[in-house]
Amino acid sequence: MKFISEYRNPEVVEQYINEIHKITTQNWTIMEVCGGQTHSLVKNGILNILPSKITMVHGPGCPVCVTPLNLIDKAVYLALNKGVIMCTFGDMIRVPGSEKSLLEAKAFGADVRILYSPLEAVKIAQENPDKQVVFFAVGFETTAPANALSVLHAKRLGLNNYSILASHVLVPPAIEAVMNDDTARIQGFLAAGHVCTIMGISDYQPIVEKYQIPIVVTGFEPVDLLHGILMVVKQLENGEKKLENQYSRVVKPEGNPEAIKVINEVFETQDREWRGIGTIPMSGWEVKSTLTEFDANKKFAINIAKAPECAECIAGLVLKGIKKPYECSQFGKNCTPEKPLGAPMVSSEGACAAYFHYANVEAV
Amino acid sequence: MNITQMSCPMPQLDFEVITLGHGSGGILTNKLLESGVFDLLKNPLLDQKHDGAIFRLDGQLAFSTDSYVISPIFFPNSNIGELAINGTVNDLSMCGAIPKYLSLSFIIEEGLTMKEFWEILVAIKFTAEKAGVQIVTGDTKVVERGKGDKIFINTSGIGVIHPKANINIKNVKTGDKIIISGHIATHGIAIMSVREGLEFETSIESDTQHLNFVIKELLDEFGNNIHLLRDPTRGGVATVLNEIARDAKLGCDIIQSQIPVLEEVEGACELLGLDPLYVANEGVFMAIVAAEVADNILKKLKSIPNFEHSACIGEVVAEHPKQVVLKSKIGGKRVVNMLVGEQLPRIC
Repeated sequence: MKFISEYRNPEVVEQYINEIHKITTQNWTIMEVCGGQTHSLVKNGILNILPSKITMVHGPGCPVCVTPLNLIDKAVYLALNKGVIMCTFGDMIRVPGSEKSLLEAKAFGADVRILYSPLEAVKIAQENPDKQVVFFAVGFETTAPANALSVLHAKRLGLNNYSILASHVLVPPAIEAVMNDDTARIQGFLAAGHVCTIMGISDYQPIVEKYQIPIVVTGFEPVDLLHGILMVVKQLENGEKKLENQYSRVVKPEGNPEAIKVINEVFETQDREWRGIGTIPMSGWEVKSTLTEFDANKKFAINIAKAPECAECIAGLVLKGIKKPYECSQFGKNCTPEKPLGAPMVSSEGACAAYFHYANVEAV
Repeated sequence: MNITQMSCPMPQLDFEVITLGHGSGGILTNKLLESGVFDLLKNPLLDQKHDGAIFRLDGQLAFSTDSYVISPIFFPNSNIGELAINGTVNDLSMCGAIPKYLSLSFIIEEGLTMKEFWEILVAIKFTAEKAGVQIVTGDTKVVERGKGDKIFINTSGIGVIHPKANINIKNVKTGDKIIISGHIATHGIAIMSVREGLEFETSIESDTQHLNFVIKELLDEFGNNIHLLRDPTRGGVATVLNEIARDAKLGCDIIQSQIPVLEEVEGACELLGLDPLYVANEGVFMAIVAAEVADNILKKLKSIPNFEHSACIGEVVAEHPKQVVLKSKIGGKRVVNMLVGEQLPRIC
């Protein structure tokens, strides 16, 4: 498969692995921010071919995992009690709410639909003028343009039955939160390539300077990841602290100006609660106050008490990279993808799911 | 010629749409069945029009049943009718049986057009003929609109066990080779490409086909050296391998680079966030065979049309019992687990 196979080429992988082994002289702890990267590392068995001196710590870059419990409860409530057509990406559907997941709500008669694009939800709104249609707009910067576009599109069409339940989180504040946490001793970052495709890389320079830490914008294929790791290790071994772009075939320094424009038209930056982590200042996007009719949170008076998190689940520690999934006493026992205690066990980007599904033979 | 290109003229009827009355068992039911269903599928046993078929079969028998609830009911290269016949024919074949007789039951949702129903019936007729099986008994029910999904089909089948066959999980042993008979994941992706809300342009077509003739040829020649046969339908290759590992209490090692996947299917899987190992197949089987005959079986398979892409994808091992381990293309190793629920499309 062109454009993919070359980034999974075993010979190139071997070259990078050899080079990483050659230059690594000290112990280094590197965080890959994005859950997609975590899955690729585990799925391709990369963790067990890296030098033992290198510890990869899995970051908070799983939008499904950090979506607040209360918001999932709201989505379930809207779908079950308000008769809305609840549209969502597939990842969200199995995430446990305090009482039900969306999948369970569906079994109880809620109209929950899995879509690949929020524009499909706008189409559903057009086709069902007598129904309210809500898109559960979850994601990092990567999915924001499409979600924003759906709002603009619905506005253009004059639809009054479409809104989004937004849970948009941002990567740079999350990296800062990780760095501000004394327990997480991260020495270098692989930043999420696709997020930077949208936003560009300039937001990361101040972080490099403030925390004196290497950041390499990295892709998702095995060759990308190993190249990114090599670039970070090289910097660490040479005592450098730079922002570098491994994923330049996709990431332009300025990002995608059109996409940024659409985002700015619909969203504004606000403090945001991250499930398992807490509130991070200016770390999320909410629908602008001028567009409240498209903001499901404001449109429907939903007042649901905040339910307590599952006491046994250590998702927060996993998301901050302090604990590995298999260090959790519930992992694979009381917490499995069929019966998850926390979101990282069900999301396709969740670290617990990655270990559960693909963990290398030695680790199980 | 594939099944969708075959046709039989539809009889002149005074109704276009199937209604509740057609399932009442009364005049309308008779009208529906006499309109052509019986004619289309005719054979001496069905023609008895009795409550059940009465026949004699000698030897050890296999008996299997399956229900077909696919959406959409028409998809690239095929439809639910062909699937319903091939599915049960293949389940019997995987038992080491030569499929003989099938039952055929419809649960139709009110509102299905007679044209759609006819198209499905025609596919059933030709598929059964191609596979050399007879439909000898059946049933038709109609449910209210909203209580079904256009049409559900159940088929059950009886086959006679091949005299040389000895298919049993207990025969699977360390060192056995794992053979797959063709490209995997093709059927599932063909269905995805036409599913509502997900339509994408592709030339990928369902691979549904009956496997009974090829299985008979293999059993004729290799007999009890074929230890186990499975068709990796729902849950895909990964699920079947996990079941084999679990039931045999042995490990399965598979090599990613050996697993045949069409390039366009692999591309679609990448885009949709699916793992081809978990995607459904309909015209593919897996054989666990004695190591010493594996090469010959593969050679034989590759010489049969539609099975040219068969491959040996791994072997049964004593290590990591009850686990399937995949050697990735880049040389890493990982566990391949059983599928949990449905594979879900991902966010980004």
